[in-house]
Amino acid sequence: MPESIDARTAILSSIRTALGASSRPDTATIDASYSALSRRYKREGALQSEALLGLFTHRLIEYDAGVTRIARGQIAVEVARILTERKRMRIGIPGGLPSAWLPAGFDFQNAEHYSEHQLDELDGVLTGCTVACAETGSIVLQTGAAQGQRILTLVPDYHLCVVLAEQVVETVPECFARLGSTATLPTTIFSGPSATADIEMTRIKGVHGPRFLDVLLAM
Amino acid sequence: MHSGRRRRRALTEKRESPWSHRSFPEAAKELLADSQIRRNVRHATNVIQAKRNRVVAELEDWEQLREAGAAIRAHALEYLDNYLVQFEENCTRAGGHVHWARDAAEANGIILDLLRRHAAKEVIKIKTMTSEEIGLNRNLEAHGIHPHETDLAELIIQLGHDKPSHFVVPALHKNRQQVREIFQREMNLPDLGEKPEDLASAARAYLREKYLRIKVAISGANFLVAENGAVCIVESEGNGRMCLTLPDVLISLVGIEKVIPRHRDLEVFLQTLPRSATGERMNPYNSIWSGVHAGDGPKEFHVVLLDNGRSPILADSEARQTLQCIRCGACLNACPVYHQTGGHAYESVYPGPIGAILTPQLHQMQEGRTLPYASSLCGACYEVCPVKINIPEVLIHLRSKVVQKDQKTIAGRLGLWNMGMQAAAFLLADADRFSMAQHLGQIGQKVVVSQNGFIERLPLMLSGWTQTRDLRPLPAQSFRDWWAEREKAKKNYASHETIKRNDTKELGDAGKH
Ligand code: SF4
Repeated sequence: MPESIDARTAILSSIRTALGASSRPDTATIDASYSALSRRYKREGALQSEALLGLFTHRLIEYDAGVTRIARGQIAVEVARILTERKRMRIGIPGGLPSAWLPAGFDFQNAEHYSEHQLDELDGVLTGCTVACAETGSIVLQTGAAQGQRILTLVPDYHLCVVLAEQVVETVPECFARLGSTATLPTTIFSGPSATADIEMTRIKGVHGPRFLDVLLAM
Repeated sequence: MHSGRRRRRALTEKRESPWSHRSFPEAAKELLADSQIRRNVRHATNVIQAKRNRVVAELEDWEQLREAGAAIRAHALEYLDNYLVQFEENCTRAGGHVHWARDAAEANGIILDLLRRHAAKEVIKIKTMTSEEIGLNRNLEAHGIHPHETDLAELIIQLGHDKPSHFVVPALHKNRQQVREIFQREMNLPDLGEKPEDLASAARAYLREKYLRIKVAISGANFLVAENGAVCIVESEGNGRMCLTLPDVLISLVGIEKVIPRHRDLEVFLQTLPRSATGERMNPYNSIWSGVHAGDGPKEFHVVLLDNGRSPILADSEARQTLQCIRCGACLNACPVYHQTGGHAYESVYPGPIGAILTPQLHQMQEGRTLPYASSLCGACYEVCPVKINIPEVLIHLRSKVVQKDQKTIAGRLGLWNMGMQAAAFLLADADRFSMAQHLGQIGQKVVVSQNGFIERLPLMLSGWTQTRDLRPLPAQSFRDWWAEREKAKKNYASHETIKRNDTKELGDAGKH
């Protein structure tokens, strides 16, 4: 598109004119200016593991998610208990989910290449996560092992998520530090079930994303 | 209420472009008369503000986060050309396509072209202010393409043939009964209840079919990351995620100022934005992606970078900070003027305090010229702004620009407004003149002060001021006179004090005074 190339040149030169520099600074100058930016906010949290997991649990409950603390060896047992309780049988799973998490007696389907219509037919989805942030009650999913592609945790109405204790950090900066090496993977940070407050500022659960969220926090 | 509704509808029909060119006082006068809108706006802004204050108070490092946010945004603007080129490179490397649009017409052209290439007859949309700015929906419809808004509030606006009045909660001027009426009529659901849950379920069912069927989506973006070409969108409902992952083609229309240098900078804005915007510690959903990813999401991704009057703002070193804005809407909720009038009075895509400084600048001070005056300069907007934009400072700066422009034309120079300002300047520039004017005022005002001691009605061109408020009369003694007298008294007191200090018995008492 030749106009587009013209527009690009025009916009960049308009910016340069406005910034009033005939020759623009080199990368080293810009990087030095970036490194000198004020960053005196809190990076590391101070909470010990018990208080940290307590805070995370508390936040999730505030979002109206279900949270159960379980022992690492009990994941399959707890998955069975909770799915029975919620009456959800046909469950989509991503590739790379540990088979030790899957109890017998349920219809687990590898939904990696499912279309949105196929996903719409499922009762729910079971995944792990990349990292979780206690201060905000957020869980981070990235396209990949045990988490699948983004659509998997979006279309089904129920999400059961296993979070391992060592995946929980306290602050948002700690969370981003953990994402450093995988920053370009498609990433979803979710905090509780889908919600809206667009009508008279009343928070209501569940508009388009999963309306029900359970978290198994494995120690 | 009925007549109010009829009048509003008539207004919407009258205008081709939804944003007309009336002045703020004209539009505000009409909206102030609509008590339903005012009640809805006040309720919504009060609720968000209370929530915002609670979650902001929780963070002991809030001030440091604001500082960092302001510093990062200012730095990004200072090297904007560099960061845009970096973003373009990295987005392209990740499989995305980057387009540049100088103005609204160019952006509309690029988007239309892409849609035609895919023979799209319908598109799904995530709330974006930039699309409102370029009049995208109207343009698409004129070319036979139907846009479906998917954000609940935007859906209410679209189906109600209305305009957004707030950029975080665009339909906050509508209450649940009004929303129900719109949905009943437009979705053909005569039995729909009026509980917010019922209304949200209706929207879920109405839109789900569209998500599964329509193959092209249009979005805005909250942030563009230069270092890796990532795009970040924050939202609540999941309609954003639907639009970002289900379609084959995704087009994001983004203002050039939205770029930030590095991925880790998000750790600041993803703390300050949700807390400021909706009073949540984190939005229910944040999506971050770069380019296209095999097997996950759209196969084709386009970013349209929009200038449309932004780049010249960079030249004004005082007003440049306007472009730091991350559109959280906190300044709207905090603003006493917005509380009273709601967003429509600003007659601008961007309402509230930020709109009052952004709109006139986007139009090189040719439009929205009365907006810099739509403020009492109380400073509440600056206090809440998560990127520390000093809105009052920029407002005053822009007012002087308006005046300077007026000084250049005869009509402007002879305007009542300008003459009043010139008179004020004459009086304020000289202490003796000011003091004389005050004394004359104390005598002259006797004619207008009511029995209750307030001024309820001012004559002629000053009457606008007293239509909505009562004014305290000038006190019998001016501050300056009082100060002069106090200084004199202090001198006397000081000499008195020296005498007292010699008497130790009195010392204990002096501390209490
Ligand atoms: S000016 Fe500041 S407070 Fe207002 S919307 Fe922009 S970022 Fe938020």
